[in-house]
Amino acid sequence: MHFEYRVQGGDFVRAGQASSQVKKILKQLNVSPGIIKRVVVALYEGEVNIVAHAFQGKIYVDIETNKIRVVLDDVGPGIPDIEMAMRPGFSTASPIVREMGFGAGMGLPNIKANTDKMKISSVVGVGTRLEFEVALKE
Amino acid sequence: MNVKDLVDALNLKVYSGHEGLDNMVTGGYTSDLLSDVMGNAPAGAVWITLQTHVNVMAVATLKDISAVILVKGLQPEPNTIVQSDNEKIPILGTDLQAFEISGKLYHLLGLK
Repeated sequence: MHFEYRVQGGDFVRAGQASSQVKKILKQLNVSPGIIKRVVVALYEGEVNIVAHAFQGKIYVDIETNKIRVVLDDVGPGIPDIEMAMRPGFSTASPIVREMGFGAGMGLPNIKANTDKMKISSVVGVGTRLEFEVALKE
Repeated sequence: MNVKDLVDALNLKVYSGHEGLDNMVTGGYTSDLLSDVMGNAPAGAVWITLQTHVNVMAVATLKDISAVILVKGLQPEPNTIVQSDNEKIPILGTDLQAFEISGKLYHLLGLK
């Protein structure tokens, strides 16, 4: 099964809608709550990263028998130093975004902790692609 | 214990999400960082925070939070109330600060 979602940069009101829809789909497919939790944490963090940092993005979700594969593609500033971005506590979020309780530098570490495979590729000034996979069987 | 029991025991205001007052409460989590809650709050927890914007409800929904308690008399924003009603996750309020209400909830849940 393949699903696609559009994400608008700066639109915090709708942030989390794609995650919420994927959660509903996984529930309908009887995926175990523990695995749904992992997927949802990773997907929400990825979705919020697009909202907080990029101009726009698309999320591609592929659900296979044994795994879920997610690609988050954005058009945005890109990440100059991915290793630095992965460091817990490191964030380039604006003060307004931080006041909302985002931008604590926990997003990418949360994604890493909740996925079985994770890859970030980025071109500065062009955009970022985050890919992750979660096995659907424990 | 459900959310209604909590409201009565801790004298909380109910702003919204009345349909979720029978949600079961199995723990608590106190934090104002959304990623911290995303990463660490257990399902069924009551989430104690000072954040009032709509993303609180996105996180609460995704994490199966039983209710949100806003501290220090803070009130939810209008679109936060709408989402709370939609998702049947009550938003509650107290004039106490986070430390005090967390302590009371901790005792109430018998976790001491």
